[in-house]
Amino acid sequence: MSEIIATDLSKQYGQGDAAAIALDQVSLRITTGEFLAVMGQSGSGKSTLLSILGALNTPTSGTLTVDDLNIYELNQDQRADFRREYLGFVFQSFHLLPYLNVLENVMIPLAVIAEPRKNKEKRALAVLAEMGLDKKARRLPSEISGGEQERVAIARAVVNDPPILLADEPTGNLDSKTAAEVMDLLARLNAKGRTVVMVTHSEEYARYAGRILRLADGRLLGKPD
Amino acid sequence: MNLNAIAIANIKRRKAKAAFVLTGLIIAVATVVTLLGLRQAVSANKLFQLEQYGANIVILPQSDTLALSYGGISLGSVSFDVRKIHEDELQQIYTIPYSQNIAALGPVVLGVVKAQGRNVLLAGMDFTAATVLRPWWRVVGTVPDFENQVLLGAEAARLLSLGPGDVLRVEANELTVSGILEPSGSQDDQLLFTPLRTAQRILDKEGLVSMAEVAALCHDCPIEDMVAYISMALPNTQVMAIQQVVESRFQAMDHFEKFAYGVSGVVIVVSGLMVLVSMMGNVRARASEIGVFRAIGYRRGHVMRIIFLEAGILSLAGGALGYLLGQVAVRLTLPLFIIGEMDESVLHHAAHGDPLLPVLPVLAIGLAVLVGLTASVYPALMASRMDPNEALRAI
Repeated sequence: MSEIIATDLSKQYGQGDAAAIALDQVSLRITTGEFLAVMGQSGSGKSTLLSILGALNTPTSGTLTVDDLNIYELNQDQRADFRREYLGFVFQSFHLLPYLNVLENVMIPLAVIAEPRKNKEKRALAVLAEMGLDKKARRLPSEISGGEQERVAIARAVVNDPPILLADEPTGNLDSKTAAEVMDLLARLNAKGRTVVMVTHSEEYARYAGRILRLADGRLLGKPD
Repeated sequence: MNLNAIAIANIKRRKAKAAFVLTGLIIAVATVVTLLGLRQAVSANKLFQLEQYGANIVILPQSDTLALSYGGISLGSVSFDVRKIHEDELQQIYTIPYSQNIAALGPVVLGVVKAQGRNVLLAGMDFTAATVLRPWWRVVGTVPDFENQVLLGAEAARLLSLGPGDVLRVEANELTVSGILEPSGSQDDQLLFTPLRTAQRILDKEGLVSMAEVAALCHDCPIEDMVAYISMALPNTQVMAIQQVVESRFQAMDHFEKFAYGVSGVVIVVSGLMVLVSMMGNVRARASEIGVFRAIGYRRGHVMRIIFLEAGILSLAGGALGYLLGQVAVRLTLPLFIIGEMDESVLHHAAHGDPLLPVLPVLAIGLAVLVGLTASVYPALMASRMDPNEALRAI
């Protein structure tokens, strides 16, 4: 179970005349194993929503609960533990560490877990094999293609086996063929029971999701598809 | 993969910045090691030199005398009440704390005598102690080994026209000249020196002494304490340290120590600032990386640990290399600071003379780690407090 319930989430940046409302009274429920796409124009609040769902950005008001855990009532360390156990992040620009090889990048989330190195390596190699990258495990990020880097980023996001995957424009920096491969990969991960929440501009890739949320000026538009 | 691996990988990646931090720590540790080593060696050498100066404590009979001399011209003195020192009393000196540090005790009896029609000052002394108390003496012939022998100061010998083997009539006594002192420029040039017993008999002061000299320079006994203890042991005497010797010893060492500690302190602060600035730049340049760490579930403590591990690894290396460089620097610069011949004992003092120095490698590495970690506290806190959302958006 990893049901996400957001209730009246609002986020305001700045104060007084300089105040900007990024998210306005957004409520939603994401059920376990769902694939949800969040769409909207630039500045519509979709990345803010994703960061709040990812326990990275404290909302100005509203609540977020995951498995009955009120996320923003947790302290910083508890929220870090929540992210480690529940969430996997896929960033638009990959954010791989250039000085670590592919295998080491995938193992980053495991670095703070008390487990023998061999086991960690075994887990990371298994995930890389799933992504078709086990042969390139010892290469640096600069030595592989953009699509492969994205797959490494996804491997890093799932190596901890989190129930929820949050992806911010995962196809934003990829050509259409590579982007389609990445979407297939996300769909496969979802098919295995993982909840996937993906922010995208692309109608084409949003169709991989079972449900699409549309945001404009920080508000949910209409009823979810 | 663990946090150590991330820290080490980052050090390897940012070699120039790591080298900058390392250089700062190496310079700091090498400077401290060099100055401590030099201080120790110079101290040993200085003490050795000062020990050549002979007596540094004099014991005089207590009196209410006012000396009437100015600019080297003596006009006598006004004595009100001069007490006597009995020779036996002097043995009390060996009962004081630090007595093991007394190198020589030289009783002296003084008096004016007629020698070949001239008034001359006669000094009776223990010539065994005299070799320690007056190491600058150079004698043509020998010092008196027996009673009724006399050693002449250079000027006295010239005025009396005597040489070794000649006989000198002093009062009603005939003394054989055993040797002549080479000119020293001191008042010794004017004197006649005989064994203590001979002088006491001639001067009719048997069992009495006019003064005593003590050589007590040592590494670990404060001279003022020794003076106080001797004064307590010999209550009817005036005990004085020869301040010129004592103060020069302490002042020279004090100045060098202050200089050494001052320079060490400044270099440590500067190297700490180098580490601070470099680590802060490192943290700022890694904002996105820290954002990723935090996003995937690293606690603030984990992020701090990465920063401290990096600083710790560099500090350990800096401490070890700084210690080695310091040892080399001590050996290279020691000849510039040593007066006279530099032997192995001086080098040994540089490395082992101080109780602290045998553990110097550990202290050097400890100092580097302390400086490195202390200077990294703020950068580590800064890294741990980075808002992961802001850090990721800042890219």
